[in-house]
Amino acid sequence: MADLTSEFIGIKSPNPFWLASAPPTDKEYNVRRAFEAGWGGVVWKTLGEAGPPVVNVNGPRYGAIWGADRRLLGLNNIELITDRPLEVNLREMKAVKRDYPDRALIASIMVPCVEDAWKAILPLVEETGADGIELNCGCPHGMSERGMGAAVGQNPELIEMITRWCKQTTRMPVIVKLTPNITDVRLPAEAAKRGGADAVSLINTINSITSVDLDDFAPEPTIDGKGSHGGYCGPAVKPIALNMVAEIARSAETAGLPISGIGGVTTWRDAAEFMALGAGNVQVCTAAMTYGFKVVQEMISGLSDYMDCKGFTSTEELVARAVPNVSDWQHLNLNYIAKAKINQDLCISCGRCFAACEDTSHQAIAMSEDRTFTVKDDECVACNLCVNVCPVEGCIDMVAMMPGTTDPRTGKVVEADYANWTTHPNNPMAAEAAE
Amino acid sequence: MTGKLYVEGVTQGRLPPDQLSDNFGDLHPPLDAHEALVAADRCYFCHDAPCMTACPTSIDIPLFIRQIATGTPDAAAKTILSQNILGGMCARVCPTETLCEEVCVRETAEGKPVEIGRLQRYATDGLMARNDHPFARAAETGKRIAVVGAGPAGLSCAHRLAMKGHAVDILDPRPKPGGLNEYGIAAYKSTEDFAAREVDWLMQIGGITFKSGEKLGKTVTLEALKSDYDAVFLGMGLGGVNALGLDGEDKDGILPAVDFIADLRQASDLSRLEIGRDVVVIGGGMTAIDAAVQAKLLGALNVTLVYRRGQARMNASLFEQELAASKGVRIITNATPKAVHGNGAVREIEFEYTDDDLTPTGQTFRLAADQVFKAIGQTLVGEGLPELDGRKIKVDGTGRTSVSGIWAGGDCASGGDDLTVTAVAEGRDAAEDIHATLTGAAG
Repeated sequence: MADLTSEFIGIKSPNPFWLASAPPTDKEYNVRRAFEAGWGGVVWKTLGEAGPPVVNVNGPRYGAIWGADRRLLGLNNIELITDRPLEVNLREMKAVKRDYPDRALIASIMVPCVEDAWKAILPLVEETGADGIELNCGCPHGMSERGMGAAVGQNPELIEMITRWCKQTTRMPVIVKLTPNITDVRLPAEAAKRGGADAVSLINTINSITSVDLDDFAPEPTIDGKGSHGGYCGPAVKPIALNMVAEIARSAETAGLPISGIGGVTTWRDAAEFMALGAGNVQVCTAAMTYGFKVVQEMISGLSDYMDCKGFTSTEELVARAVPNVSDWQHLNLNYIAKAKINQDLCISCGRCFAACEDTSHQAIAMSEDRTFTVKDDECVACNLCVNVCPVEGCIDMVAMMPGTTDPRTGKVVEADYANWTTHPNNPMAAEAAE
Repeated sequence: MTGKLYVEGVTQGRLPPDQLSDNFGDLHPPLDAHEALVAADRCYFCHDAPCMTACPTSIDIPLFIRQIATGTPDAAAKTILSQNILGGMCARVCPTETLCEEVCVRETAEGKPVEIGRLQRYATDGLMARNDHPFARAAETGKRIAVVGAGPAGLSCAHRLAMKGHAVDILDPRPKPGGLNEYGIAAYKSTEDFAAREVDWLMQIGGITFKSGEKLGKTVTLEALKSDYDAVFLGMGLGGVNALGLDGEDKDGILPAVDFIADLRQASDLSRLEIGRDVVVIGGGMTAIDAAVQAKLLGALNVTLVYRRGQARMNASLFEQELAASKGVRIITNATPKAVHGNGAVREIEFEYTDDDLTPTGQTFRLAADQVFKAIGQTLVGEGLPELDGRKIKVDGTGRTSVSGIWAGGDCASGGDDLTVTAVAEGRDAAEDIHATLTGAAG
């Protein structure tokens, strides 16, 4: 079993799997169950100012989309920050941290953009023994209407400001949680860094309407005939999250800024992918809300197996390993030529590759009378759609052509040399070849 | 309670009524809504789907399953019924294991096909439970067509013709319409009087008159039909039962399996139906299996199905053979009946082992038999029929016979397997050709 011990901005945990600030971490009862199940850390559900807590709706707060067999693919919520009194949360956090000193306990915080508000709450949090704080600059519903959450995360100046206040007020490490509801995630990340953040975490949830009630004509979840957008999470958002994590990891301005990866982590593989793209650890919510806390046990065993296979002795060896390979389109090798190849032993003759290619792509798959499907190399552009729609994993591969061979589609010899768009003759902006 | 399990001879009430009722319950219970969604989710929506090609009525299976999966089972039912008006019965009796489900790519992938038959039943049952008939009849054309035989071929033909505005008379000697659906299918495949309910539902199209007590060659001639109607469709099935050709075949206790099955289907009280302690069924097709299984379910102690060739040549599907075996039917292959023993009533039947080419081996054996059900095939009966192809009426791809104005389909016609679903397809296609011919659109 590989050593999964994680140290993220100085915070130790027995594994890199934390529960994100969300309904599962709203109170002591849940968090104790999470720690018993094996979670390495929790980010406690976002605390607000002292005084009367926020209130939640008393109707449905979640909406969802499903895949085959009603497997939950995406979840949306309109729940606000904790609706329990601050002092109750603080007391419970202290008790939990006392009993689980080896686990990470982070306090998520969201108070108005007033320095005094932050200065008032931070000492109280510090007193619980929490290992760090996470500034909720991402919540896209409800709180953002009150100038907090995503309303802050969408304004780099505010991010920098509140981060700086926190760093000046507390010794605790500061993580800034970013919203994806922006055009370029690097800007808020840079602002957090300027403010002195120890790390960023992303993504928070995405503005969303999951479905519409076609009888009542109202978005779901529907509260007494009306609905508002919620925050989207779960497996469906993973690709968006991975890209945003990678954008920060590979940007020169934020290079080296620790990242806690969030967004649809459901299996050990998802976690490993986030980490390979630069996340020092991951935070999970929807998978736990869907399957219960026990899912962490598969994440632990899976990541451990993978690391053993790769010979990694520390998660550090995985973190950011894929970052150098994240590039811009203009730098992709246009001399690389691949062709789809269908493994006839695995093919079940469903014909989905044919339908996809024939109707919507390059007419590069032939279908015989006896339903044998073969790739027409002289038409195949290696788009990968056949692979993506094939129900049998590993049945269709993309096979690279060897340099020196001739691409039957173009009649050109495959070149060994790398060449990209920046120097391509069809590019009007192509750089002049050196004399 | 063993009832009268061990009583010798032919007697009624071998099993208590509650056990009989259990035994003759639905072979494949219907899917509930959740089960249907889970089953539908397994469909890959294949291109040019193999299941659809394998279906004699070419139902668009991927489309109807997707319609179930997306919460519109009535649309699914309409997809099914527009190709196969007896889709409800076919969902129950089709040997899906040798048709659509055999070629399902998930059978290829995992050895477990999408449950197409049960999904079809889910969709059609829902619609029919509300007695909702999704087709409307076109304006009257004034054309009249005689359909001979109220079985699957005739009903399918009649419905399609009626839908196109023609007036149809269905002639059948039996008191109820339905043909083999009503009189010839194992009871556990058509529970709760489904065959009759389906015909009632089908008739809602309007324009169809059922005339019972009409037998071709007895009460009515083909010549008369041909002159009285604008077109004639022959779908009377195979009325004759092949004989064993043995001395003593007329002894009590020896009867056609189809008669046993028909009596069972029409019985209002199964506990009053007589069955032997020792029953022998001769044959290797679906009728033989249906008779053997039902004999067992009625309480026969020993039921033996004897087939003259090897197991691989049996017409009954492997699924049906396994069903019989699971109910306790003993299957003996490569044995041909040689003699009937008994005074007045059969007591024993003697067989000789034969190889796959039916060459006798000289080795014989006897089976005790209170009843012997003959299921070695049925045959076309009738005089003055159109030209035959072998033992059936010769037809082309659209059901046209050698006589202009007369079409044929179903078991009495050449081409296709003797299956309900094939009969439905042939009746439907003949109707289309009749319509095209009568309206001058035929090519």
